[in-house]
Amino acid sequence: MSALWIGVLGTSAIAFFLKFMGHSIPEKYLTNPRMLRINTLIPIALLSALVGVQTLTEKGKWVIDQRLAGVIVALIALRLKAPYFVVVISAALTSALIYRFK
Amino acid sequence: MSKVNRATASQSLSVSFTVGLYGIAFGAAGIAAGFSILQTCALSLLTFSGASQFAVVGVMGAGGSALSGIATASLLGIRNGLYGLRMAPVLKVRGAKRIIAAQVTIDESTGVAIGQEDLGNHAMRQGFWLTGFGVYFFWNIFTVVGALGAQAMGNPSAWGLDAAVPAAFLGLVWPRLLGRFERILAASAVLIAIALSPIISAGLPIITTALLAVAFGWKARR
Repeated sequence: MSALWIGVLGTSAIAFFLKFMGHSIPEKYLTNPRMLRINTLIPIALLSALVGVQTLTEKGKWVIDQRLAGVIVALIALRLKAPYFVVVISAALTSALIYRFK
Repeated sequence: MSKVNRATASQSLSVSFTVGLYGIAFGAAGIAAGFSILQTCALSLLTFSGASQFAVVGVMGAGGSALSGIATASLLGIRNGLYGLRMAPVLKVRGAKRIIAAQVTIDESTGVAIGQEDLGNHAMRQGFWLTGFGVYFFWNIFTVVGALGAQAMGNPSAWGLDAAVPAAFLGLVWPRLLGRFERILAASAVLIAIALSPIISAGLPIITTALLAVAFGWKARR
């Protein structure tokens, strides 16, 4: 088997294992109030961090570019209670326009 | 899955399509890194976790060994396990259904699910499944498109996709950020992840913020 196939199948096997592990923790460990709180907060922290990293970094470096403008417009749209697709599209348009004319 | 909430369904579709489009970029990246069309598509079908997929083709394309490619990709996959922890009590599935649920447990399906929290568990489940399957469908279709057409689309930045994806995730966590407590957590998570990005390898800065969630949740809220 070639190295590339080992990479493909190895990555896939571990990716599935990690996903499945999360689903297999017995519920009794997750029902006390503290665990419930933490468990609710984890995705909020991870997804917020993901937004930050996707907006302001590229390959481990800090970068300020059209993405930040797009996400700021999305933030404004959210504050104005715009529908979800308007939030996403306004961010895309802003970013694409700046990218094209910079 | 009885009555489908329209707002939930439309949000699932928006997310699935926007993120799915990025599959074109992945398909092209796979080919550019020297992976075959079959290998590139196998990654989208089997690994099904965008960040891990980009990592393995990135590392191996740059001459890295299979082991280093797998290790980097796996680091990025850890957060899906944490999402599974959150989703399992909501989904309550076993057997084959649990295997399917695990495979579609990713940023997007979890994000849409927690975005529906105010509408109750039923809407959360709908959001999870619709988005999980939706992203799976579009991501794989567009991976093929990207692998075959590689250069046709050009740079995803030209289409604004580079901002649309973080904006999509921002829109998903937004309903959870109404309280001051959650806002402080989210802002701290952003700062810490960005601060750590140049220092530790890809994937770790994001997972590290799970510790922040533990610290915030440890003592009673507010």
